[in-house]
Amino acid sequence: MKKKLVVVGNGMAPGRMLEHLFELSPDGFDVTVFNAEPRVNYNRLMLSPVLSGEKTYEDIITHDDAWYEQQGITLHKGSKVSRIDRGAKTVTSDNGITASYDTLIVATGSNPFIIPLPGKDLEGVLTYRDLDDVEKMLCAARAGGRAVVIGGGLLGLEAAAGLRQQGMEVTVLHLMPSLMERQLDPAAGYLLEKAFADRGIDVITKANTHEIVGKDGKVAGVKLDNGTVIDAAIVVMAVGIRPGIDLAKESGLDVNRGILVGDDMQTSDPDIYALGECVEHRSQVYGLVAPLYEMAVTIAENLCGNKAAYTGSVTATKLKVTGIDLYSAGDFAEAEDRQEIVLRDATAGVYKRLVLKDDRIIGAVLYGETSDGPWFFDLLKKQTDISDMRETLIFGQAYQGGSPLDPMAAVAALPDDAEICGCNGVCKSKISNAIVGKNLNSLDDVRAHTKASASCGSCTGLVEQLLSLALGEAYNPAAVQPMCGCTELGHDDVRRLIVAKQLKTIPAVMQELEWKTSCGCAKCRPALNYYLVCDWPDEYADDYQSRFINERVHANIQKDGTYSVVPRMWGGVTSSKELRAIADTVDKFDIPMVKVTGGQRIDLLGIRKEDLPAVWGDLGKAGFVSGQAYAKGLRTVKTCVGTDWCRFGTQDSTGLGIRIEKFMWGSWTPAKVKMAVSGCPRNCSEATCKDVGIICVDSGFEIHFAGAAGLDIKGTEILGMVKTEDEALEHVVALVQMYREQGRYLERIYKWSRRIGYDEVRRQIMDDADKRRAYFERFVFSQKFAQVDPWSERVSGKDKHEFQPMATLSLEAAE
Amino acid sequence: MNALTENWVAIGAVSDIPRRGSRCVKNGDTTIAIFRTVDDHIYALEDKCPHKNGPLSQGIVHDGCVTCPLHNWVISLETGQAQGADEGGTLSFGVKLDGDSILLDIGGAR
Ligand code: SRM
Ligand SMILES: Cc1cc2nc3c(=O)[nH]c(=O)nc-3n(C[C@H](O)[C@H](O)[C@H](O)COP(=O)(O)OP(=O)(O)OC[C@H]3O[C@@H](n4cnc5c(N)ncnc54)[C@H](O)[C@@H]3O)c2cc1C
Ligand code: SF4
Ligand code: FES
Repeated sequence: MKKKLVVVGNGMAPGRMLEHLFELSPDGFDVTVFNAEPRVNYNRLMLSPVLSGEKTYEDIITHDDAWYEQQGITLHKGSKVSRIDRGAKTVTSDNGITASYDTLIVATGSNPFIIPLPGKDLEGVLTYRDLDDVEKMLCAARAGGRAVVIGGGLLGLEAAAGLRQQGMEVTVLHLMPSLMERQLDPAAGYLLEKAFADRGIDVITKANTHEIVGKDGKVAGVKLDNGTVIDAAIVVMAVGIRPGIDLAKESGLDVNRGILVGDDMQTSDPDIYALGECVEHRSQVYGLVAPLYEMAVTIAENLCGNKAAYTGSVTATKLKVTGIDLYSAGDFAEAEDRQEIVLRDATAGVYKRLVLKDDRIIGAVLYGETSDGPWFFDLLKKQTDISDMRETLIFGQAYQGGSPLDPMAAVAALPDDAEICGCNGVCKSKISNAIVGKNLNSLDDVRAHTKASASCGSCTGLVEQLLSLALGEAYNPAAVQPMCGCTELGHDDVRRLIVAKQLKTIPAVMQELEWKTSCGCAKCRPALNYYLVCDWPDEYADDYQSRFINERVHANIQKDGTYSVVPRMWGGVTSSKELRAIADTVDKFDIPMVKVTGGQRIDLLGIRKEDLPAVWGDLGKAGFVSGQAYAKGLRTVKTCVGTDWCRFGTQDSTGLGIRIEKFMWGSWTPAKVKMAVSGCPRNCSEATCKDVGIICVDSGFEIHFAGAAGLDIKGTEILGMVKTEDEALEHVVALVQMYREQGRYLERIYKWSRRIGYDEVRRQIMDDADKRRAYFERFVFSQKFAQVDPWSERVSGKDKHEFQPMATLSLEAAE
Repeated sequence: MNALTENWVAIGAVSDIPRRGSRCVKNGDTTIAIFRTVDDHIYALEDKCPHKNGPLSQGIVHDGCVTCPLHNWVISLETGQAQGADEGGTLSFGVKLDGDSILLDIGGAR
């Protein structure tokens, strides 16, 4: 019979333990997991990139629902275990679920420490531990204002950088005279402080918080001992963690600072193991994942009867703030018997410090230039005698023995057992062997097979170098297609970095992302212009010189250099007055061709560029606005006659089409967007081959997306059913906004949604009302700046130079 | 170029042309596109793409080149020659600056 294994807590440590367990014994255990958090297992280390906007929650999931199903694990989400009955061998959760165990693992992690200040219970006082905290911070960031972060350690600094990137004003309060005083000396702490100041983050050191000031039950500010009051919309406490031992203690297990375990990871009850940050082992409590993963392996082995022992770990860590490189490992406390080697280069912003004892490294801090981190860490762990290279040690591995090596050679020179991935304890030979033995050729493959670079990601560069070493030319690190010849970055990276680094002009993007050309090319400039228009609707000044001619002059260029003009006919409906105005304009300007388009409106072709403003002027008087037939933006919303006339019509398809077109006109999108609304499933407006389509039925509105009928032909996918017109509008708008934010330039909706997965679109738009609402609101906000008729602007004189020659030379002058 | 055929005419000011943009000068039946680069160099080409006569003045200007709006050929502003795999060239004209004023040589296209 299978053994019943129950796990309390679903954090990073037990996640890893379960992976090993199922590798060792795929069918040996019947596993039940309780998780106080209402979700699957995710990579907690990556919360900071989620906070800063560089990643999404979906990107950091380690085990999705399908994984639990495949392994046959019962996962109780949102279920906090409140009691262990060691006699009956059961656990019970606060929502009433009881499970019995043969073996129990307590992996309750740790809890953020909250300083018992007056005001600590006010709304808006947050901690930084799980996804809920991140969501609360993101929510606060949308409202704007100032965030005060108490605590200038790794976690507090990551939170501060993320909140700043989300647009909040940020102040960091730190009790000690300089940041990260345990790792950095004051001068290096100052470098770090300056790097934060450069990002617009205020750092106040020697700041003793007196109380959190509230107003109407909410945070309003923070008062310091010296009387200073700092306004705050939120306060984030990041002053340390305490092992989560309450449950274990109440159940009578032996605890001290953490739950006490032996080298076999058993607690004082032999049927109960403890794992993760809640553990105290040989008087040590850990706050980083690497040691926890080692514990996880030990437990998995022991559960399978393999008598393994955990003997403790030394740890190293990196600060994960994009653009600030900081690596630290080991012990930094000053003592009589220790010496230091320090290297400082203020102009380059580099600081390196090694703490030595008996000619061995016991601590290393690198700031600004961290590539030697793993090498120092290796010397530290192996307790290598460094007396022979002491003179040049601080300059790093490249300077040992002869001339400086290039980085590839440095990696090649690392010993086989040098640790590459600190989080997962993966050494060089394990990675190299996996690359060769399993024919791996991408970073993702290496992550999947060895776990290297799969946690905090800071060893990614080293892993890529190992790939290059093993595969040579065959390894192409840029498996992503670069945007164009001006950059190595793909569209997705550029979009992500524009938001993360708050880049708001094309020159800023090119500068920060190290463009290889001085002013881009005809491929990247229009794309960047769109991304900036989309991401900063209120701040970005549209760059006309980076727009394709059609979007620059708001008409379609023809093969002979003339232009065509297509006015909007909302939903394809027109009137005698409009038709008369068109007829008059055609006569007045001698327009050679008038054609009904495939998009239910009228095209006037063959207009000379110089005449465009006058043509628009006349059309404008009759109430016409631009049909944007030239735009990577909303084109047409085709409709059928619907309930007003048709004997089969079930809803007002014409009215809804017009409403959508009036709501969404003027918006820019990655590629053109065409829609249609049909009054019944006979589908006369061809809604099932559009980017977004709606089929009206008696019970409501069936929303479709991802159709195509141009270069490719593809029927739509169904998004879902809604009951009212209002809901239909909200869903359609949210879907288009999601596409606006994620699509690559020139990628139509059908390609984008196929790339990210149709289900993902459904999940975000149909199932997640908050997300949908947020997309909707962002669209509405950007429309404030987009719904300006470009034709009337130009009739009133904007861009006049576009439409007139600079000079007309008389024939005499040419003689 | 033969000095005898030089014929310089003032066509306007540098500031009349947007940076990374272009304006046209009509000279009888010929249209000449005047380009201004990001670093304020001025060039003049006949407004006719060597491919199918596309109006180069309507293209995107980047790094000393313009991309034709019709089928994306890339033309050098300096020489009028198509870049990359495409072959062909358009006429280029001499340009001088006199302070902010642009002088165009309509005497002899190169
Ligand atoms: C005028 C019109 C043809 C007509 O006389 O009916 C037309 C004309 C052009 N289409 Fe179209 N398309 C027109 C309806 C369509 C339709 C039908 C529809 O919208 O219901 C389609 C198929 C649906 C679709 O888009 O998936 C269509 C698929 C295309 C494509 C292929 C797009 C694709 O991603 O597969 C292109 C090429 C492109 O965009 O790169 C294109 C490109 C063009 C361009 C803009 C070519 C160009 O880049 O210069 C033509 C501009 C002529 C002009 O100046 O007016 N046109 N084109 C139609 C204008 C509709 C309107 O009122 O705005
Ligand atoms: C923002 C952030 C950044 C970090 N960055 C790094 C880094 O760069 N490098 C590094 O090495 N480490 C980093 N850490 C630390 C690392 O995340 C932790 O060491 C690791 O997650 C601890 O794993 P765990 O499984 O012990 O606990 P956790 O991952 O905390 O999981 C514990 C889980 O148990 C649940 N739980 C608790 N009590 C109960 C109960 N009674 N019943 C049911 N469920 C319960 C909790 O809700 C939680 O989901 C970071 C931490 C944070 C918060
Ligand atoms: S199908 Fe469209 S793109 Fe092709 S010639 Fe006709 S209008 Fe032009
Ligand atoms: S006409 Fe210029 S590229 Fe075809």
